[in-house]
Amino acid sequence: MAGIPHDHYEPKPGFQTWLHNRLPVVSLLYDTLMLPTPKNLNWMWIWGIVLTFCLALQIVTGIVLAMHYTPNVDMAFASVEHIMRDVNGGVMLRYLHANGASLFFFAVYCHIFRGLYYGSYKAPREVTWVIGMIIYFLMIATAFMGYVLPWGQMSFWGATVITGLFGAIPGVGTALQEWLLGGFAVGNATLNRFFSLHYLLPFVIAGLVGVHIWAFHTTGNNNPTGVEVRRTSKAEVEADTVPFWPYYVVKDLFALAVIMMIFFAIVGFMPNYLGDPDNYIQANPLATPAHIVPEWYLLPFYAILRTFDNTVWVVQLVHFVTFGIVDSKLFGVIAMAGAILAMALAPWLDTSSVRSGRYRPMFKAWFAVLVVDFVVLMWCGSQVPSAFTGWVGLIASTYWFAYFLVILPLLGVLEKPLLQPVSIEADFKSHYADPAE
Amino acid sequence: MFRKIAISAVSALTLMSGSAWATEGTTQITNVDFSFQGPFGKFDEHQLQRGLQVYTEVCSACHGLKFLRIGALAEPGGPNLPEDQVKAYAKTITVTDAVTGEDRPATPADHFPANLAAGAPDLSVMAKARKGFSGPYGLGTNQLFKGMGGPEYIYSMLTGFTGESKEIAGVTLYENHAFPGGWMAMMNEALVADQVTYADGTEASLENEAEDVSAFLMWAAEPKMMTRKESGLKAVLLLGLLSVLLYLTNKKLWSKVKGKKLAH
Repeated sequence: MAGIPHDHYEPKPGFQTWLHNRLPVVSLLYDTLMLPTPKNLNWMWIWGIVLTFCLALQIVTGIVLAMHYTPNVDMAFASVEHIMRDVNGGVMLRYLHANGASLFFFAVYCHIFRGLYYGSYKAPREVTWVIGMIIYFLMIATAFMGYVLPWGQMSFWGATVITGLFGAIPGVGTALQEWLLGGFAVGNATLNRFFSLHYLLPFVIAGLVGVHIWAFHTTGNNNPTGVEVRRTSKAEVEADTVPFWPYYVVKDLFALAVIMMIFFAIVGFMPNYLGDPDNYIQANPLATPAHIVPEWYLLPFYAILRTFDNTVWVVQLVHFVTFGIVDSKLFGVIAMAGAILAMALAPWLDTSSVRSGRYRPMFKAWFAVLVVDFVVLMWCGSQVPSAFTGWVGLIASTYWFAYFLVILPLLGVLEKPLLQPVSIEADFKSHYADPAE
Repeated sequence: MFRKIAISAVSALTLMSGSAWATEGTTQITNVDFSFQGPFGKFDEHQLQRGLQVYTEVCSACHGLKFLRIGALAEPGGPNLPEDQVKAYAKTITVTDAVTGEDRPATPADHFPANLAAGAPDLSVMAKARKGFSGPYGLGTNQLFKGMGGPEYIYSMLTGFTGESKEIAGVTLYENHAFPGGWMAMMNEALVADQVTYADGTEASLENEAEDVSAFLMWAAEPKMMTRKESGLKAVLLLGLLSVLLYLTNKKLWSKVKGKKLAH
């Protein structure tokens, strides 16, 4: 592997050399674990390990749940109750899986905002960032389809609303929607294919996680200073970094244990807090719930989808200019997809040569507003629409786009960044005493 | 065919634009201090037994409990009835055999029967399918401190009738302060004081009956709640210990790399 110079695996004569010449698997493990990692990483760099753990947790609990679950509109709800009542450990399995999705998204949002603040998306890490965005997008799809499987009211009506979005695409929309559903409405065919895809996609995600890790092992980790590890000599590398094993393995495991403690408290003591009670009512195509909402982690983008209705002048203008092809529904869909796309394009929209937000005084303020904006959007998405939430949602959605499309490009030109440290070592020494003293 | 698609598209659109309005905030839910609340809360087996009596003698006339196995009544963490009592109880229920298609007395292995006669909802997971508390302002802190409030909703609904009724399109609706919308099809005298006689001498006031049956329905919705809380507690304690050990390991490990934090 290219990248930061470091010691490589030297197989001893005998079996080690024999195996190495045939399959250099030990070498791969060694290089992965001994990767020189900036020694100044803070606690926001622990989410990667949490996410990897979440993926494993979801796959393991999911495989066991699939052994007891029946993907049929008449039996799905009952089979979930069967898991909850008759399967050994079924209660914990299902609640771990359902709340595991929440932990997964909580961690991914921390991970993404970490990347946005410290400029982890900037060159040479654009590919890592884009792969990460694809993983995030697949996570949304997987979580959405998984939520349909218990076949409760919110499962059914959520599926109806979201697959309905594909119907908004001009020309091919309805055909595409029917093809996705396997019929004219959400039904048995839909449930079956969602089950199949919900089982498949996590393995696609696992593959992409491998590529994601490969990519940043090539470029090296970013760090809170945003200053690259010096690579001209091994001595400099050693002054800037520590090997991933054991330093970050132990640190990450400690963080993971604390997070797991909180996670198990939620699973054990309040497993339904994050869920919607309506999903304990079996799906009924004849009764629409009073208020259809997705799970909390999809709310910000749901809010963006809902905000752009007929009353917004931009929507009216686009509707007029495109002769009605882009109506308010399609506009909402484009806005929702665009909100994620804008984030994925951050490496090319951010014009600042300074990587870390730590040395960007103006950026810091705008970034803080973005974090608040994300929470406000989440709140908007959870509310029954009213004139007030309409306005708040519109302002918050506009800021989301403005941050990526206007503020990031302009800040690079307008902002006068602070002085960056010459090296990670210099920054580290200015913060921590020499341990030998 | 085209029409069907158009209808589904239009309905999806109206759902999206949020034309559906909830009537949250108008309902009155009483916060009941149930014994099973909180990380260490446990079901009171005597209360569950009384609740079973209320369900059997009153609610089961119209409602079913199709996901609940009768034998669960004998399992620990629930009403904890002796095996022979459960067997005797099962015999009083008639079920349709899935294989022969004939009616026969139930056994503990059977589920409580579904009851579709009156068009009343099944109560198996009712205590988890209703939200007693929400907000304030959609922030979710009320649920965090008071719980979701499913059993509180059932209690408040059973005690929330005003006595008023009205007839709409041939259906009589009864005014209820807990029910979203304020008017429900369930009769206002479905449960009244002294409708059952408790063997343990507990006063059969409407409030007691409602509280007992709400607790019973919470158990029916989640018979494994006690096991779940025990697993949760064990996991939290073990992970707490692991966290301490890993904290110390981490501190020792990094002491070679990182000195004291310098004051600025």
